[in-house]
Amino acid sequence: MPHDDHDHPHALLPPEPALRVKALETILTRKGLIDPAALDEIIDTYQNRIGPQNGARVVAKAWSDPEFRAALLEDATPVVAGLGYYGRQGEHIVVVENTPAQHNMVVCTLCSCYPWPLLGIPPGWYKSDAYRARAVREPRKVLAEFGVTLAEGTSVRVWDSTAEIRYLILPMRPEGTEGLTEDELAALVTRDSMIGTGLPKVPA
Amino acid sequence: MSDCIAHMAPEPVFAEPWHAQIFAVTVALNEAGRFDWPDWAARFSATLKRNGLDHALDGGDDYFHAWLETLEALLAEQGTALPDDVRGLHQAWEEAYLTTPHGQPVHLRDS
Repeated sequence: MPHDDHDHPHALLPPEPALRVKALETILTRKGLIDPAALDEIIDTYQNRIGPQNGARVVAKAWSDPEFRAALLEDATPVVAGLGYYGRQGEHIVVVENTPAQHNMVVCTLCSCYPWPLLGIPPGWYKSDAYRARAVREPRKVLAEFGVTLAEGTSVRVWDSTAEIRYLILPMRPEGTEGLTEDELAALVTRDSMIGTGLPKVPA
Repeated sequence: MSDCIAHMAPEPVFAEPWHAQIFAVTVALNEAGRFDWPDWAARFSATLKRNGLDHALDGGDDYFHAWLETLEALLAEQGTALPDDVRGLHQAWEEAYLTTPHGQPVHLRDS
């Protein structure tokens, strides 16, 4: 950073794009199209209240409750809405299940469509050109870079998200988790396991 | 690529405050019905594709640069925020920062 000295005579100048954003905000606020307090609320929600813990709760419930699981795989949107998770952009959420025969992973080749209500804001790598191009072309190699090696005979299916449809992977329940509560199970469900680039943690 | 994928440490939701601001402005405008999300995604996708032609985008700062570029173009096209007005306010904010004593809140002069 160029400005680190305490004797600086004026306020620290934000980076150029930040000033462009402030310019837009000023225009939109003056026109009454946005409310600065509502912006703070949106940021707070995505920074603090929405994240992979939501998706983990859904997965843990599906592992514990066969009826919930069946309903989730049938039509996830109303089921997760029932838990308070619904898309702000009106998209449908589709849950796909990993099985011994098929592993699933999610990408958005269009831009970075992602199930925000369940996983929050996507990580940088999900938004990178490298992941977006290679997940489709060489999924096994990408999985290997994430440390995921699949059993021989397990096929890989890649699901391409859109603005209308966002996917959540339902990973396989790890062995040795019989008798765990939903909260204990949720703690095993990682963000990457719900994107398909990871597997759930195994209980210690 | 490997670096980017091997990076498993938790990262902040938004790396820069302006990333969060532009995200929130876009979500707020969508919720207010100023554009629908599939239209936004198609425009954003086109920007990413264009910007990714000469180098691979890393999904960090360049991702939000593309986001900002897309929103500016959309609002200009709608007549909601015209480029001249945006440039004028950009300059006004810059002047406000450069003329406000360090440590004091920064306000636009004419507001």
